[in-house]
Amino acid sequence: MTARSIRGTAAAVLAGALALTAAACSNPGGSGAGGGAKDSVVVGIAYEPDSLSPLLGYGKDGNSKIFDGLLAYDGEMRLRPALATALPTVSDDGLTYTYQLREGVKFSDGKPFGAKDVVFTYRTILDEKTNNASRTELDAVKDVTARGEHTVVFTLKYPYAPFDRRTVLPIAPAHIAGEQDVNTGPFTTKPVGTGPYLLTGWSKGEKISFKANPDYWGGAPEVKKFTMAIIKDDDVRATRLRAGELDGAILPPNLAKGFEEDSGRTTYDATTYDYRTVTLPTHHKVTGDTAVRRALDIAVDRETMVDRILEGAGTPAYGPVPTGSEWFTRGTERRYDLEGARRILDDAGWKPGKDGVRVKDGVRAAFPLWYLTGDKLRQEHALAYASDAKKAGIDITTQAGTWEVIEPRMRQDAVLAGGGSPGDPDFDQYTLLMSSLAGDGFNNMAWYDNPAVDRALDAGRESGEPAARKAAYDTVQRELVKNPGYTFLTHIDHLYVVNDRWDGLSTQTEPHDHGLASGPWWNIEDWTPKK
Amino acid sequence: MSRGLPWGAMGRMAGRRLLFAAPVLLVVTFGVFAVAAASPFDPVKAYAGTAGLTASQENLDQLRANLGVDQPLVHRWWNWLTHALGGDLGDSSVLRAPVSAVIGERIGWSALLAITAFAVAVLLGTSLGVLAARKPGGLLDRCAGSAAYILEAAPAFWLGLLAIWFFAVTLGVLPAGGLTDAASDTVTFGQVASHLVLPAAVLGISQLPWFFLYVRQGVTDALAEDPVRGARARGLSERTVLLGHALRSGMLPMLTLIGSRVPELITGALLVETVFSWPGIAAATVQAATSVDFALLAALTVLATAAVLIGNLLSDLLYGLADPRVGFDG
Repeated sequence: MTARSIRGTAAAVLAGALALTAAACSNPGGSGAGGGAKDSVVVGIAYEPDSLSPLLGYGKDGNSKIFDGLLAYDGEMRLRPALATALPTVSDDGLTYTYQLREGVKFSDGKPFGAKDVVFTYRTILDEKTNNASRTELDAVKDVTARGEHTVVFTLKYPYAPFDRRTVLPIAPAHIAGEQDVNTGPFTTKPVGTGPYLLTGWSKGEKISFKANPDYWGGAPEVKKFTMAIIKDDDVRATRLRAGELDGAILPPNLAKGFEEDSGRTTYDATTYDYRTVTLPTHHKVTGDTAVRRALDIAVDRETMVDRILEGAGTPAYGPVPTGSEWFTRGTERRYDLEGARRILDDAGWKPGKDGVRVKDGVRAAFPLWYLTGDKLRQEHALAYASDAKKAGIDITTQAGTWEVIEPRMRQDAVLAGGGSPGDPDFDQYTLLMSSLAGDGFNNMAWYDNPAVDRALDAGRESGEPAARKAAYDTVQRELVKNPGYTFLTHIDHLYVVNDRWDGLSTQTEPHDHGLASGPWWNIEDWTPKK
Repeated sequence: MSRGLPWGAMGRMAGRRLLFAAPVLLVVTFGVFAVAAASPFDPVKAYAGTAGLTASQENLDQLRANLGVDQPLVHRWWNWLTHALGGDLGDSSVLRAPVSAVIGERIGWSALLAITAFAVAVLLGTSLGVLAARKPGGLLDRCAGSAAYILEAAPAFWLGLLAIWFFAVTLGVLPAGGLTDAASDTVTFGQVASHLVLPAAVLGISQLPWFFLYVRQGVTDALAEDPVRGARARGLSERTVLLGHALRSGMLPMLTLIGSRVPELITGALLVETVFSWPGIAAATVQAATSVDFALLAALTVLATAAVLIGNLLSDLLYGLADPRVGFDG
């Protein structure tokens, strides 16, 4: 067989196979026209949504691109109207929220948006047959009803002050999503919304592509084509950014540093609510002891963790609320004070044993600390925490495991956990600290139980008065100093490197899980070309 | 073989194999359900993802019931089986879509990759094997031989990473992954062809040593046999001797090999597709396995089992055709 005939055969096989597959199936991703490179943006992200259906939890914290919520967050995380014409009117008892809807808005298939779509979206999410794991966030809703074409009324089971912050949730079209299986219908991958962008393709594991919605009610975006390349590996993402294939990417601090000197690229440092914390289970003889908790709270060197582990891209954390937030209680910062920690333990009767580990009533001051297998950041936090504790005479054994291994042990064993949702101080603190939620799924993992905190948490969510709410969350944060059931370690900044081709870039305060919504492209619909 | 093909005997063999395939598939699917149920991964946690870390227990329990994973194992398997026989493969929980749609949009790309790679392996392996057998101990034989043993020991994903590093990162001549460039929305022949080169070459080359070594051995042996000596004595050209006589008899063991390499090709494709972000069924398989997505996992396993059975049938049929002494009784 000659080389030519081999090549010929190979080409024929290839062409035949291509023709076959082209006929048999379409690209799982795309269709639609490609735009010019000038008005297109390609960004590299590490995260991929499971579904693009708001009914299954997509975009629940806003910035879903394809959809709009009734309200939206601005750059300062203040609420502004989106599909509603104004912020809702709230009844005096805090149980009824009324939204006036924007008129003349159309879904991308040309059908008008109206109150029935809002009612459909919320009722479907609340339906227990819908596989939405975030349904608990709408727990307060008793019912939602349409009053005419352009008014929607929510009635709540109990007064819930941050409820309007949940209504950034995207609205799905009843006439499409209502006609199919909510959990597996084609709407989950081929969404139709009112948002600034239209989905042109989603190739799972590879990329999500959007094009501008020319009829967007807020004005057609100037970035006409927007692609999110899903690249899980940090090094590959950095390489493809450097190669010019990407216009921007999320990067860990060490890789972002490599782009610092580049002219033509800017690094955006987004502050977050993304905390790392150690749960100190109430039902463990050592971690349940308030003296041990207080000692650990001041024996950890948070500044060093920020400098060494996060390479400066972060801040020390003293609670779920970051120090930069308006909800943070000044004066609850804990100074690193190893001597103070030793004194607390000495006074409480934890005396150093032969091996340097303290003992009280025959109980060694030792406990295991679990972290998620493969999560390098949590591992480094866990190791630093254990080494700081060792200096105070507390012996912590770090262990890696998957959630399946960790979950049954959470009642007794400490866990290096993470979380953070920036919408409202209630979101994190209620689920982390409320005693009635102890051991409910992954809520209150430490089984924290403090009646003063419980009362303040209830007051904080019930009162509509900003001053009363601030006082309530001040109480929570002060109580956490007296009885720290968790040792909060750091809040982690998210770093993004973006080419300087556009104006209007900024970052919001970001949550723990950086979905599509995060990054400087949170408002890509408002970007304008650089002059 | 000028008498025409023995269709009857071949049909009977295929029919027998088909009857035998049914119990095999039953056992395999049940095995998949049993292994998945025994795995430490929790389908509900995999489904909920990060949202599951803030969900209430009640929410998670409801999800468990909705997904049907609170049912006993046998019940779930029987449910799946009866639905599958009725043409309903169920819904993939991890990809939020019907299994048939998930497989339908991916299998073509996987087939394209596998067929191209297989063609590369068979054609390249055979020609190198013949060339090496022509001069045993020659330069080509020694080089290709040692390269084959090294490749045999090298895992496909490692080769893939190496190829990305060299061709995509260092030289920058070929794309590192995906079906098309990140910024391109349309699937064009040129885009797919350039993106196909690396994964197909890596997958093909990882399979190549087998074909090379078999052909080389077969042809070397055949060259020492009487018919070849006779052909040479008759003064036939070296080319005719090599391709017409030695290769033809030396090819026989390779027909068996084609069938037995199919499973390896599938597992190799799994790794290669993952490394090159190829949108085939491999990525779906990995996701299905780690998220304990019963319906998708079972369907993919049936598919893989069927591919193996068909591969074996095909190689037996070919063997029977090439060597009538073997027949179609197996």
